[in-house]
Amino acid sequence: MMELIFALAVGVLTASGVWLLLRPRTFQVIIGLSLLSYAVNLFIFGMGRLRIGAPPVLENVEAVDPALYADPLPQALVLTAIVISFAMTALFLVVLLASRGLTGTDHVDGREDAR
Amino acid sequence: MKEAMDHLIIVPIVLPLISGALMLLLEERRRSLKAGIGIATTVILLVVSLVLLQQADEIAPGTGLRTYQLGNWPAPFGIVLVLDRLAALMLVLTSVLGVATLLYALARWHRAGPRFHTIFQIQLMGLNGAFLTGDLFNLFVFFEVLLAASYGLVLHGDGKARVRAGLAYIAINLTASLLFLIGASLAYGVTGTLNMADLASRVPGLAPGDGSLLAAAAAILGTAFLMKAGTWPLNFWLPTTYAAAAAPAAAMFAIMSKLGVYVILRLWSLVFGPGAGPLAGFGADWLLIGGMLTIVFGMIGVLASQSLPRLAGCSVLVSSGTLVAAIGLGNGSVIGSALFYLVSSTLGIAALFLLVELVERLRDPGADVLAVTMEVYGDSDEELEAEIGVAIPATVALLGGSFIACALLLAGLPPLSGFVAKFGMMAAMLKTNGGAVPTSAWALIALLTVSGLATLIAMTRSGITSFWARMSDSVPRVRIIEMAPVVALLLLALGLTIGGGPAMRYMESTAQALQAPQGYMTGVLSPPRGDDGPAETRP
Repeated sequence: MMELIFALAVGVLTASGVWLLLRPRTFQVIIGLSLLSYAVNLFIFGMGRLRIGAPPVLENVEAVDPALYADPLPQALVLTAIVISFAMTALFLVVLLASRGLTGTDHVDGREDAR
Repeated sequence: MKEAMDHLIIVPIVLPLISGALMLLLEERRRSLKAGIGIATTVILLVVSLVLLQQADEIAPGTGLRTYQLGNWPAPFGIVLVLDRLAALMLVLTSVLGVATLLYALARWHRAGPRFHTIFQIQLMGLNGAFLTGDLFNLFVFFEVLLAASYGLVLHGDGKARVRAGLAYIAINLTASLLFLIGASLAYGVTGTLNMADLASRVPGLAPGDGSLLAAAAAILGTAFLMKAGTWPLNFWLPTTYAAAAAPAAAMFAIMSKLGVYVILRLWSLVFGPGAGPLAGFGADWLLIGGMLTIVFGMIGVLASQSLPRLAGCSVLVSSGTLVAAIGLGNGSVIGSALFYLVSSTLGIAALFLLVELVERLRDPGADVLAVTMEVYGDSDEELEAEIGVAIPATVALLGGSFIACALLLAGLPPLSGFVAKFGMMAAMLKTNGGAVPTSAWALIALLTVSGLATLIAMTRSGITSFWARMSDSVPRVRIIEMAPVVALLLLALGLTIGGGPAMRYMESTAQALQAPQGYMTGVLSPPRGDDGPAETRP
């Protein structure tokens, strides 16, 4: 059950992210990228296998059964990925605003479609 | 002294980081101090990478390599930097470009925007780190470092065209990074490791179901890298962005698209080498066909380009496509010449990007479009009045000479190194030990020839309109500090031809080492424990 909900969440986030990424407004693109990065972070987390109530940090170094513990590495990777994608989103936001200011439109091409 | 030499591997990453951070503390007005620090850093980097190249060359192929264990944790658990011939070669190429482009930028570009020097150093750090790392996730981190810096460089100098190109560039690279993360974590989920050598050593023992998952992971990772390399159909952003970027930034980007090629070559030969069981050679056809289509696309782009920066951007595509296709051919001796081609075409493209900006000063805006239109409508002959005996100023002659050299280099004509590289690749493809030459090899040979011809036609046409049919008679002001890097890069290409024997021997042994991934795996996973690292720091 947990796996199903998790997979659905990743799927819905990815689908919405991709759709928004392909939209013509820069704001939609940035929201799409954010949603995609959430989906990717969840996916990385899921790659360490989903476990409930298992601590990721070993408590005493003597003989312990690793099966009782969650994999700490994906959690560390997710932290790194969150920080990086957060920073990149902020930077993208700045460029987006600069583009809006310079071209006077929020279209990704810097000009409105001819209609 | 021996211990100090052991730490040399990490210098290409730490040194630009320190100098970049230091320059952040300095005021924006202290430009000459910053320029001094920047040049000093890049020159030291060049020396260090040359020493590393020499050290890497002393390693006998297949017997191991130099590793650097951060925190002294052994390889599959800790983070490891790996120095082999390929990494050392790329380091040298990066630092050569670093010195040349920074010198060029000192003439005017470093004043065009804030914090240029810091961004430049961080870019070098990201590139060096990506070449040295032996770990998939660190590769991601260094990719992000260099991309973050490259976003700054794309936007350097400001202006509508740059912001617009930068917007697309950032969006596409963020997407590629997300694909990278999906691929890396999927590979981790299947194999339980992120260390590239460890990952490769676990591939033959995978369960059949896991094998296809790993193939999916590799395909997703490959997509991300092919995006960086500029393979068709993932490359429509590339010519626009490279053409819009400031000249020194674009010249640095010449090596950035080669980074994508490097990662594909490294990971693909490591993970899907001959020992990989059912997965051996996975995706070779995709690389070959994708590469060939990229050559075609780049070739058409080169011919259709109406401005020199765009032409240079499209030659990046031709060069990337040639390399990807050569890797996909999966022939060891082709790879050796392909590496030679990588070096020579990177030098040529970087020189062209720097040169283009100088040549552009010769002409009025809009002259390009006019020139092409004139060709189409055929009314160019009317203005041909008596121009006999017009002396060509020395500056223009030098610019023109360099332009011709760039054209020869990129089209692959003698006497420059582009010819040696292309000839080597074709000869290796035709040498099949008595068997028939496969159709794919013939197709690639044809494409190599035709793309060279297309480059030559396009460059000649641009050269004629830039140098012979000049619209303005004023001689542009070109400073020595701007011309010197271009000439130096071209002289290096000439040096590659003259020293072709030793250079080719190095490339051949690099290719041999790539063909025997077992050496890389044992070298990383069980390095010879010598008298180096202090053992007591390990828990």
